[in-house]
Amino acid sequence: MQASSIDIVWNGRASRMRRRRLVIGSLLTLVVLLFALTLMLGQTFTPPGEVLRVLFGEEVQGASFTVGQLRLPRAVLAVLTGLSFGLGGAAFQIMLRNPLASPDIIGINLGASAAAVFAIVVLQMNGPAVSVFAVVAALGVAMAIYGLSFRDGVAGTRLILIGIGVAAMLESFIAYTLSRAPAWSLQEAMRWLAGSLNGTQTSQTLPLLVALFLFGGLLLSRARDLDTLRLGDDTAAALGTNVAATRIIVMIAAVGVIAVATAVAGPVSFVAFLAGSIAARLVGGNGSILLPAALLGAVLVMLADYAGQFLLPSRYPVGVVTGALGAPYLIYLIIRVNRSGGSL
Amino acid sequence: MITHTLAAKALSAGYGDTVVLNGLDLDVPPGRITAIVGANACGKSTLLRAMSRLLSPHNGQVLLDGKSIHHMPPRQLAKMLGLLPQSPIAPEGITVADLVGRGRHPHQGMFSRWSRGDDEAVAAALEMTKTAGLAERPVDELSGGQRQRVWIAMALAQRTDLLLLDEPTTFLDVSHQIEVLDLLTDLNHSRGTTIVMVLHDLNLAARYADHLVAMARGRLHVSGPAEEVLTEETVRHVFGLDSRIISDPISGRPIMLPIGRHRVTAEPTGTGAPLPYSSDNPQKEDHS
Repeated sequence: MQASSIDIVWNGRASRMRRRRLVIGSLLTLVVLLFALTLMLGQTFTPPGEVLRVLFGEEVQGASFTVGQLRLPRAVLAVLTGLSFGLGGAAFQIMLRNPLASPDIIGINLGASAAAVFAIVVLQMNGPAVSVFAVVAALGVAMAIYGLSFRDGVAGTRLILIGIGVAAMLESFIAYTLSRAPAWSLQEAMRWLAGSLNGTQTSQTLPLLVALFLFGGLLLSRARDLDTLRLGDDTAAALGTNVAATRIIVMIAAVGVIAVATAVAGPVSFVAFLAGSIAARLVGGNGSILLPAALLGAVLVMLADYAGQFLLPSRYPVGVVTGALGAPYLIYLIIRVNRSGGSL
Repeated sequence: MITHTLAAKALSAGYGDTVVLNGLDLDVPPGRITAIVGANACGKSTLLRAMSRLLSPHNGQVLLDGKSIHHMPPRQLAKMLGLLPQSPIAPEGITVADLVGRGRHPHQGMFSRWSRGDDEAVAAALEMTKTAGLAERPVDELSGGQRQRVWIAMALAQRTDLLLLDEPTTFLDVSHQIEVLDLLTDLNHSRGTTIVMVLHDLNLAARYADHLVAMARGRLHVSGPAEEVLTEETVRHVFGLDSRIISDPISGRPIMLPIGRHRVTAEPTGTGAPLPYSSDNPQKEDHS
């Protein structure tokens, strides 16, 4: 009897691990595949051989510019921002046990946008200063939401509702600022409203990479503690997780990755929200959602950006496409949660 | 077998400015089953939360082996002291074995792999709670009684010498209540685990506890063996209810029969309270 129970436990765990590896492996393959495709496809088709030669630094007539200058930086940024949004979004959703707790719904992305618009229109800042300002503001907004919802510990629902309220305030602040904006700053400010990978530069890759390594690494190192929060704060504490410390670290790291990605690509709407909730469905109870959600974020941004550029009648920024995808899913999720009372 | 001691000293705790516990002293007898009883809002759950560090005390302290639990690393505490909260949350789609495995969390480092020992602890917990047959079933599909056994299995997989449970029998029908309490008694007998539980049902508490603690208004009213604690005086003081205590023919422990305003036909002895017989309301007594 004893031995057979151990076998059941061992086999069960092995099959859960297989399922998890399968999900992560498939997503990883998908990311690589999409990345390769976006390098080959565009207005013109570039054969894989030429793409490889460009990647290895050879000068190829025509391809060097389209692949090396246009498609590669854009694809790299699509992957990095996707990873960031997916990772940060899932961290928030797990921490608050609610798919609606995604940073793009509770106003954290909007905090970055509002600060950037203010910096451009009113303070007449430009370049990297705007991004730094936006990242700091996003952290400030997150802290404000956390502080406002603090009463004997933070209740997830209260934080989400306060976040939605804050998001509404930020949106009206953006509208007010834009209505008074001089025409020359409007173009630059608009970039911060709908997420877009247009006009991305290779120089933006480095801050994104650093943020991903730093904050992403911090998040992944906390993945196990974070996962115990899914059982409820009390159970997590009983299992030896320092709930308050985990919350603060996870929140700072998640806001960090999200804000830096927003500074590069703008608030690509619903990627954080979609990636976390879909990853949770794919992985089930089998371990942390963080990594699968990050990969899904990359898949979503690449797909949506490609669709926005080439599949639709006119060119749309990536945020428009993800917004159109995300909103119906949000409605579906609310209906489903209402019906089953389920959480993430 | 190491037996840890747990004690609350002059413990005051509450939520915000509301004081729920007011200078409470409690010594948990090691290796025994302690049940905490009391009226609603008397601070039973708050006491359990403060003793397991879910709540920081305003004043006083909780001592585990003489050391304050509030200065202990959380994981180290979680290896000695387990807690099953009143309403834990099962993530959607999680299987029984996976959930029970979460009990191993305090024994695993940040990057350490799952070990054979972890599997053994999970398997033993499943067997003890008779949930091995459910191992690969999703927790959301289980009945209330099964689910409660699974949560207890998770706490067992944690392998702590002390186990605190907040109303482990709520929402269960009577047969499942007995099943859970029998299971906890088995655990106490076979491993010597010290058990502290908040129970709503006085009679079940009196039957299963070695040590009964009656609380009233944030303080410890009386504690000791059930025979000494469960008296008509205690019930009146703690619950504001007249009652008669008789001996349970099944266990020999005291059993409390509430005296309400209706349906009382026998002459109550010992309470001295006059009985209001004017009954036209067919409502039944509903105590627990």
